[in-house]
Amino acid sequence: MAWKKLDEMQVLGKRMPRVDGKEKVSGTAKYTYDVRPEGMLYGALLSSPHAAAKVLSINADKVRQLPGVKAVLTDAHPTGTIRHAGEYVAAVAANTPAIARDALDLFEVKYEERAFVVSVDAALQEGAPRVFAQRSNAQDPNARGEGDLDAGFAAAAAIVEGEYRTQVQTHSPLETHGSVAMWEGDNLIVWDSTQAVHGVREGLARMLEMPADKVRVICQHMGGGFGAKLQPGLYSALAARLAKQAHAPVQLMLSRRDEHLSVGNRPDSIQKIKAGASSDGKLVAFSAQTWGTACISGGSGVALPYVYAVPNWKSEHRDVLINAGGGRAFRAPGSPQAAFSMEQVMDELAEKLGIDPLEFRLRNDPNETRQQQWKLGAERFGWAKRTPNNSGAGPIKRGMGLGASIWFTGGRGTQVQISVHGDGAVAVRCGTQDIGTGTRTYVAAIAAEELGLPIERVTPLIGDSEYPFSGGSGGSTTVPSVAPAVKNAAEKTRAKLAERAAKLLNADAESISFAGERVSANGQSISFAELCGSLGTEVLTVHGEWVEGLSSSGVAGCQFAEVEVDTYTGRVDVLRVLSVSDCGLVLDRLTTESQINGAIIQGVSYALFEERHMDPETGTMVNPEFENYKIAGALETPEIEVVIFDQPERGVIGIGEPPTIPTSAAIANAVYNAIGVRMRELPMTPDRVLNALQEV
Amino acid sequence: MAADKERDGISRRNFLKGVGGGIVGTTAIAEGLLSEEAAAQAAGARVFKGKQKIELNVNGQRRQVEVEPRTTLLSALREPLDLTGSKEVCDRGQCGACTVLVDDAPMLACMLLAIDVRGREITTVEGLAKGGALSAVQEAFVERDGLMCGFCTPGLVMAATALLNKNPNPTPAEIKRGVSGNLCRCGTYPKVFEAVQQAAAKIGG
Repeated sequence: MAWKKLDEMQVLGKRMPRVDGKEKVSGTAKYTYDVRPEGMLYGALLSSPHAAAKVLSINADKVRQLPGVKAVLTDAHPTGTIRHAGEYVAAVAANTPAIARDALDLFEVKYEERAFVVSVDAALQEGAPRVFAQRSNAQDPNARGEGDLDAGFAAAAAIVEGEYRTQVQTHSPLETHGSVAMWEGDNLIVWDSTQAVHGVREGLARMLEMPADKVRVICQHMGGGFGAKLQPGLYSALAARLAKQAHAPVQLMLSRRDEHLSVGNRPDSIQKIKAGASSDGKLVAFSAQTWGTACISGGSGVALPYVYAVPNWKSEHRDVLINAGGGRAFRAPGSPQAAFSMEQVMDELAEKLGIDPLEFRLRNDPNETRQQQWKLGAERFGWAKRTPNNSGAGPIKRGMGLGASIWFTGGRGTQVQISVHGDGAVAVRCGTQDIGTGTRTYVAAIAAEELGLPIERVTPLIGDSEYPFSGGSGGSTTVPSVAPAVKNAAEKTRAKLAERAAKLLNADAESISFAGERVSANGQSISFAELCGSLGTEVLTVHGEWVEGLSSSGVAGCQFAEVEVDTYTGRVDVLRVLSVSDCGLVLDRLTTESQINGAIIQGVSYALFEERHMDPETGTMVNPEFENYKIAGALETPEIEVVIFDQPERGVIGIGEPPTIPTSAAIANAVYNAIGVRMRELPMTPDRVLNALQEV
Repeated sequence: MAADKERDGISRRNFLKGVGGGIVGTTAIAEGLLSEEAAAQAAGARVFKGKQKIELNVNGQRRQVEVEPRTTLLSALREPLDLTGSKEVCDRGQCGACTVLVDDAPMLACMLLAIDVRGREITTVEGLAKGGALSAVQEAFVERDGLMCGFCTPGLVMAATALLNKNPNPTPAEIKRGVSGNLCRCGTYPKVFEAVQQAAAKIGG
């Protein structure tokens, strides 16, 4: 079993517009936020204003008296011990969203406020309030490494040291987390804005202590997740409980504030780094001491020393607990943080040794694919035109920088069912979901390719836990998991249909070909619909599963950025970014470009704008909206050139995450090239740029 | 103030007072409101309180909706009218996801009160396709992949439509500016720019 050659493909490997594009541009695509079962009520959550507190009592008498309120939960919080602002304390469902929001003001909650800490620096201080009474805020270090660090540094001709800091970034999907819950007897149907319909089904059943086969989770369209929507949500369970109490379906979507506060973020980091290289331009030693906070959770690790080969290294990381909403997987977890520091360390070493940054990378990058990508990218970008550091005349200066990416992604067990009906209808069912990556489109396209049909003749049915199992859409695993399973099911379907056609055409099943909606052998042919007609009322139902050999794991990539820095205002403008990346066999070049564009734009946003600001006095986020928590918009979008480094022989590989990794690093290096000042803290806001210029 | 202009006997200022129930916290304010209310009534304006039926002209159809004084246009569209294409993302005019046309101008439906747009022509994303055929802008968004998750897409499609209505032949800088009030978290902007350019070429050419 293998993919066809690119030039033999009729449907795949081209620029395929999305099959659900029409619904999305006409406003008819139904997101969880738009689902309206008959009689649906609107829910709202009361969340804690305090960063640390014990809930002493909740009086909901006035809530219950408000006309239009249909259900109230005062035991929304499992323990009553609040460890961050934004934890859910109570919930209500009412006839309209406005009434539900009004109701929140009528809860009378008595809190016992407790001491809290909302920054890593403060959490590490002697006598700092503990987030968990039994545990120190600083967790035990996790140390990794190899070789002899002292010997490595002794052999170094150039040594650099620096402290780098990256910020907490919230996922900020435009559709907040949320669910619509509807009971049908003992069965629960939940529409959820999720990256994992099966995972949510299993998790929700556990939370509600009910059998998993009585829970169905649906997600036809979802408004972005980026890693934050991989797990079952407490809000889903609360929606189900409200629905039960009210005897009516309930929609419960998080407010924008609660979205920023309570459902994940990319942890921050403080990175103290020392690195050395030999006079011939080889890394010889690297040491990093890092801290970070995933707030009330763990998992703030930084993937150092990143992609470069260094024989002697040590990296020691500590998770630090603070009173803020827990971190979650966010597009290439742990990686942009590492790229930001390591790529700047690489540039500093190169400068000390008098070697061009690109050449220095070629000497230290062990990845053969990336060796080619660096050269290709440099050529296309015009790297040779890079001017010396801080050499521009006038207040506005230009610079170029680069950075590398890496990701490990692979496929896993996915199952698919294909049904062929007597009227020629073909449906592909798979319990995966489309998180904006085009899954629905390639599910249809793979089957269409195999059966010789145009894509619109195949109906892709995904986003429902009643369909055969597929895992969550995280880690760029969706396409290498789903595509092989669809291909496997389609091949089996084709074989079954070929057996039927063989009888009708009086030919060997092996000689039957499927193309152009016709089925042919020995110069004779019938239409696909005629062939299906022989099924009568039988539905040909075929199961397929993930198989080896159609997907791979592991990708490389690199990016080049050109920036303009206004030394009067401190403003950084990213003029253009060129990305070279591989992802094996590209099923849809159009949506692949879109994903790479999007990853870069999120990288620009991380580099220049986004930052969760915690108020040390009140213990809450002061910018839980979209004006002061700025995400990149149209005016901040650079010219982007996407170079896809085709490796079709490797089969399919995911691309959602890796291209967001090096963007902030490439921009930081470009800023240095422009103004001759290292930006060691993200985001590179005008005030930070001006301060850095001042210090020179 | 133009917004104070009377329409159907309900002035904007008096209308806002109808919203005031929640903020009548001190006697002074309450008295102030009441005396103004009385003055307004004396002047012949009707004070809008509680729920009331109004008529909205949406996508060429006259629709009756029951709204409260505080009901936003977005809320009226999404809840009673079940036109869920327009999205609420920020609820405070920061993101553009609820962009609709009001008399051909792009407006943020979350920042308008339903009562204020009575008698105006409201076009939502659901009203762009004619007889099932997508508009040139919608078609270009699909063909150029000016969307990923699609949640911001209705707002961007409306902003692009408004831009091309006003300026059928925009420069790349004008396109960027024209959609700059709309946030997209997936980062579809480059393909949105292409889509708007393609739609402009088709409409113009």
